[in-house]
Amino acid sequence: MKKESKSNAFRHPLEKYFRDGIKYTTCPGCGNGIVAQSVLQGIEAMGGNIDEYAFVSGIGCSGWIPSPAFAGDLLHVTHGRSLPAATGLKIALPRQKVVVFQGDGDLGAIGGNHFIHACRRNIDLTVICVNNGIYGMTGGQAAPTTPGGLKTATTPLGNVERPFDVSALAITAGATFVARWTTWHAAQITASFRKAVSHPGFAFIEVISQCPVQYGKVVGMRNDPVAMLAGYRENSIPIAAAVKLPESEKAGKIVVGELLCRPEVPEFTRELARVKREARSGKEGARK
Amino acid sequence: MNKKDVNDKKSKKSGKTDFLLGNVACAEGALYAGCGFFAAYPITPASDIGEHFVKRVMDREGFFIQTEDEIAAIGAVIGASWGGLKAMTATSGPGISLMLENIGLATATETPCVIVNVQRGGPSTGSPSLPLQADMLQARYGSQGDYELIACAPSSPQEMFDLTVWAFNAAEKYRTPVFVLSDALVGHMYEQVHFPEPGELPVINRKIPERYDKKVPMFLDEDVAPMSVFGRGLKSNVTGSTHFADGTRSVASIAAMDDEIRKLRGKLHRAIDEITLDETCRIEDADVVLYSYGSMFRAALAGMELARSEGLRVGCYRATTVWPFPEKRVRDLTAHCKAVIVCENNLGQMYYPVAAAVAENIRVLKGTPEILGGLPRPEDVVRWVKEALK
Ligand SMILES: Cc1ncc(C[n+]2csc(CCOP(=O)(O)OP(=O)(O)O)c2C)c(N)n1
Repeated sequence: MKKESKSNAFRHPLEKYFRDGIKYTTCPGCGNGIVAQSVLQGIEAMGGNIDEYAFVSGIGCSGWIPSPAFAGDLLHVTHGRSLPAATGLKIALPRQKVVVFQGDGDLGAIGGNHFIHACRRNIDLTVICVNNGIYGMTGGQAAPTTPGGLKTATTPLGNVERPFDVSALAITAGATFVARWTTWHAAQITASFRKAVSHPGFAFIEVISQCPVQYGKVVGMRNDPVAMLAGYRENSIPIAAAVKLPESEKAGKIVVGELLCRPEVPEFTRELARVKREARSGKEGARK
Repeated sequence: MNKKDVNDKKSKKSGKTDFLLGNVACAEGALYAGCGFFAAYPITPASDIGEHFVKRVMDREGFFIQTEDEIAAIGAVIGASWGGLKAMTATSGPGISLMLENIGLATATETPCVIVNVQRGGPSTGSPSLPLQADMLQARYGSQGDYELIACAPSSPQEMFDLTVWAFNAAEKYRTPVFVLSDALVGHMYEQVHFPEPGELPVINRKIPERYDKKVPMFLDEDVAPMSVFGRGLKSNVTGSTHFADGTRSVASIAAMDDEIRKLRGKLHRAIDEITLDETCRIEDADVVLYSYGSMFRAALAGMELARSEGLRVGCYRATTVWPFPEKRVRDLTAHCKAVIVCENNLGQMYYPVAAAVAENIRVLKGTPEILGGLPRPEDVVRWVKEALK
């Protein structure tokens, strides 16, 4: 990223969060860049000390948002397994802000079991799910979020499965902070990220994101990220408005906003610390 | 007995002695070694290890979590290890099957961790409470790619303690997963176990760099690079994909792939003499050498005694560490004999590496108990010896 300074060359204000000599890899028009920027803006706004964070990601295009570019602690693991790794890391380093990036396949398919259990545990992680509705990395196969009827590489006659609503899944499974945005809402992602990392518990941010190459190919918007972003703008309705609308008017719309915030629910690593503290003082009490 | 032992017997004067279950001794060994994190999913015959560990760490440092499955258990172990804790998991065959992908990740990312496999019979769920040495090759070859790791095989509750301490030390020193390949017989056996005092046995901790320096290798050093654990501003760049010494991923370079595979394996092979632990017993004049490990070593010793009483010149080679396989050592130690019998509680898993190692003119036979899951009787071993000498 950093080149030997050509005296008056423009430097991106977030470049300082990137490792030296690393190129950022995405397809043209990919939403990952927007997600990365929104998160780094959040880190900047929270004091800019990237060493306070640990970034964990799995396999898939979204795994490459932090790894290897972010100039902090990075753990890039196997497909679907970033939540277990993040769980171990968080228990070892409870003061670190652990941020996990997952694709919708990584989180909803192969890592589905880890996802619901991390929600249930309410462990203090911030999970950003980049939901592009498809398997990007492997070439456009159906994901658990792919809409019904869509013809993908593995559903040539149209997808006969029903998609997961990953935010609803998070809420049902016990997550205590849930927000949904699209890449159209870059500033809102930043605001939610700031809340999420400060939230004591499992915080989930779903970002509906464009994959102009693989998803674009199957919906007839190949390499047209602008049209996809415009679609997000037109089709999203804020949660406050959505709650007043009948179901029929919400069909096909993306409900965005902060869907849930319950900071009062006990957090896992703090609970572990609490029961230990109590066991210790009980022992001391017994000795007296 | 000529013993290259895990611990010097002389040092075992102080400390306390107890009558313990092998699995409990394993958990105690982990605590002695400074294990701070244990993640597991329940399975017979391994569950008692975690159950004992969690009781012992309840009011002190260290964590136990019961995960949603074994994939998560090994994943959490990897995360905790990068968080700076000594970390372990314990399971049995089916659990290891689930862990294999992440065991490859631990190998590729040079993550110290201990994996206890209290083996039971397979395939599939098999027999939960019957001991077989069913996963010897799985431990070594189960994950994808050319890789190497360390594995030891305890044959008593005492060794469940000693070798667990040793396993943590080896994991920290070589930055690699280390298997403790026990089985239901040893894990569920009660025997006298001696606990050394703190400080009596060596306890090794990983090397951690003091500051981030892009030029200092953090991976792929055959002398074992220091580990840039998280949370200290060391800017760890950890990936299971092919990477350079600074951790940066490179998935399109043939040279990088070649370098990684060779160096990961090379760091253990260079140290093979130091890593290898074994015992030999009356091997010098032996016509027949019984190769064994773990619980089967007990049967081999009994068989050897009976054979000797009948005037047969039989000796024992006991592999205390089974992987990396000490090919040259096995060849040298058996060079003078007529036959080697590979005694195992399976249909012949270590038979293949042993057969490949010993000199061409030496017969190599399989010694398998008549009924898998039980140990052979001494008379069975004598029969094998006579067969070998025919
Ligand atoms: C165990 C395993 N199975 C399959 C793969 C192949 N694979 C890599 S990425 C991926 C799916 C990626 O989709 P998603 O998680 O939605 O992320 P995206 O690439 O769209 O960001 C798959 C199936 C793998 N790496 N590991």
